[in-house]
Amino acid sequence: MARAITTKQKVSWTILAWAFGLLMFFPIMWTFLTSFKTEGAAIADPPVWFFFDWTLENYTAVQERSNYPKALMNSIIIAVGSTILGIIIAVPAAWAMAFVPGKRTKDVLMWMLSTKMLPAVGVLYPLVLLAKWLGVIDSRILLIVVLMLINLPIIVWMLYTYFKEIPGEILEAARMDGASLKSEIIHVLTPMAIPGIASTILLNIILAWNEAFWTILLTTVNAAPLTAFIASFSAPEGLFYAKLSAASMMAVAPILIMGWFSQKQLVRGLTFGAVK
Amino acid sequence: MGNITLNQVTKSFGDVQVIPPLDLEINEGEFVVFVGPSGCGKSTLLRLIAGLEDVTSGNITIDGREATEVPPAKRGLAMVFQSYALYPHMSVRKNIAFPLKMAGMPQDQIDAKVNNAASVLNLADYIDRRPGQLSGGQRQRVAIGRAIVREPAAFLFDEPLSNLDASLRVNMRLEISELHNTLKTTMIYVTHDQVEAMTMADKIVVLQAGNIEQVGSPLDLYHSPQNTFVAGFIGSPNMNLFTGSEAQKHGAKTIGIRPEHVQVSKTEGMWKGRVGVAEHLGSDTFIHVHDTGLAEMVTVRISGDMQVKHNDTIYLSPDMEKMHKFDDNDQRI
Repeated sequence: MARAITTKQKVSWTILAWAFGLLMFFPIMWTFLTSFKTEGAAIADPPVWFFFDWTLENYTAVQERSNYPKALMNSIIIAVGSTILGIIIAVPAAWAMAFVPGKRTKDVLMWMLSTKMLPAVGVLYPLVLLAKWLGVIDSRILLIVVLMLINLPIIVWMLYTYFKEIPGEILEAARMDGASLKSEIIHVLTPMAIPGIASTILLNIILAWNEAFWTILLTTVNAAPLTAFIASFSAPEGLFYAKLSAASMMAVAPILIMGWFSQKQLVRGLTFGAVK
Repeated sequence: MGNITLNQVTKSFGDVQVIPPLDLEINEGEFVVFVGPSGCGKSTLLRLIAGLEDVTSGNITIDGREATEVPPAKRGLAMVFQSYALYPHMSVRKNIAFPLKMAGMPQDQIDAKVNNAASVLNLADYIDRRPGQLSGGQRQRVAIGRAIVREPAAFLFDEPLSNLDASLRVNMRLEISELHNTLKTTMIYVTHDQVEAMTMADKIVVLQAGNIEQVGSPLDLYHSPQNTFVAGFIGSPNMNLFTGSEAQKHGAKTIGIRPEHVQVSKTEGMWKGRVGVAEHLGSDTFIHVHDTGLAEMVTVRISGDMQVKHNDTIYLSPDMEKMHKFDDNDQRI
């Protein structure tokens, strides 16, 4: 039965929800607005809201001063590359944990998750030394591997949860039908888990795209992605808010657009199996 | 093809032994039913034969070849699961074709076999649908189709009709029996329903707690159950089993008499009793008789024509010729 709601309740809840939503959205909106202001307007006190001279000069300036296309390309390669590598490793791992669990499977899963609780800076020194020794500092391959390792626990956990939803009898049927382990995973398990795998991929691209700690620390010029691109505007030129905002908008725009178009798939994947 | 031998097979899960050492011979072309109550190990036994579970000790041979260590894909057996276990992302056609594709059969042969199976099983109209768009009975037919196209050495059925409603179950029972008559392939069928076992089997294997209680034809089990468990399990309604003084009179610890082997009279008989519940099925009526002086209630099958009411007094006379006697170890005397 639907609950009875008075108009007054409806109006007040709607206002509250909008207020909360705007509060959440405010930083992004403010960055967006600032990116179109002159540097003077950006630091004006009291702040100007909508009535200023809208300009694109920040965007032009940012592009003149740095190599946006290269950073964008690095971000794409690193985010997509680390996700694909992670999926290739995580699908068999999650298969094993979901369908042939051992005595310690739960412990292994918890241990994997516990690595996410480790402060990243704790492994900074050994990792930098290792990368130097291998001669891969400031390379895309290093970032692909590092981000893959960072996100692997999440990828495995997500896939494990989706795979758990798949009835084991169907995989047994495949085995009875003469499928090898490889065929079983490629022809039966993966197609059935497509919604789950898709949302795992999307979420991990977003996570890898936004990862700032390692991408900034392990790159200088060649492999620097968009996070480093933004950072390069904040460090020496901290006061140039308008340009910093323009750089930020350029960095987040691709992932925002991707997220916007894939939100249906994301939500579906994240609630996969919750409702039959 | 289709000879399966189990030799001293055991299965343990951790410290729990679910199948104690067990020997079983399944002959070519037989319809063998494993029957027993829930948890008796019948499904486990089937999964051991399928190779979906590893045996703890002992060995399994299929057509004379050692199969104990052979993976399920290589045993040449086909299985129909209780949940049907169809591939939800594939059409009916692709589901049925899957085992052939895995076997690397050329596409034109696959098409021919799939079309043939679909027409035999009346699936031609649904061939391009997905399993989600089919009814339970249709799904079950697809699962059977997927099994028959492979021409396996034996079919394994794991409670295949449990998810169907009663009338469909009777139809599918007939269809599976007819399929067996046509294909003459060995079939091993697991069920907890003794009616399915009696109606379909050439040979019934009655299991309890992983032990084989008796192996025999349906009528063997009905006429000469080897122990009280089989006596009580086979037959519907259940055999009346009596212990105590009435049994001692006949020199046994337990005596058994089937409901259809008791004469009912309104005037005279061996035991006098009062009618409790009367279940009218039309052709027959099952009456449950109380206060006979026996410790247990007596179930009796009478003709549907005979009129009995709740609380009527009636007299029962067991047919002594058809009485079963069991000793202190519950074994047949």
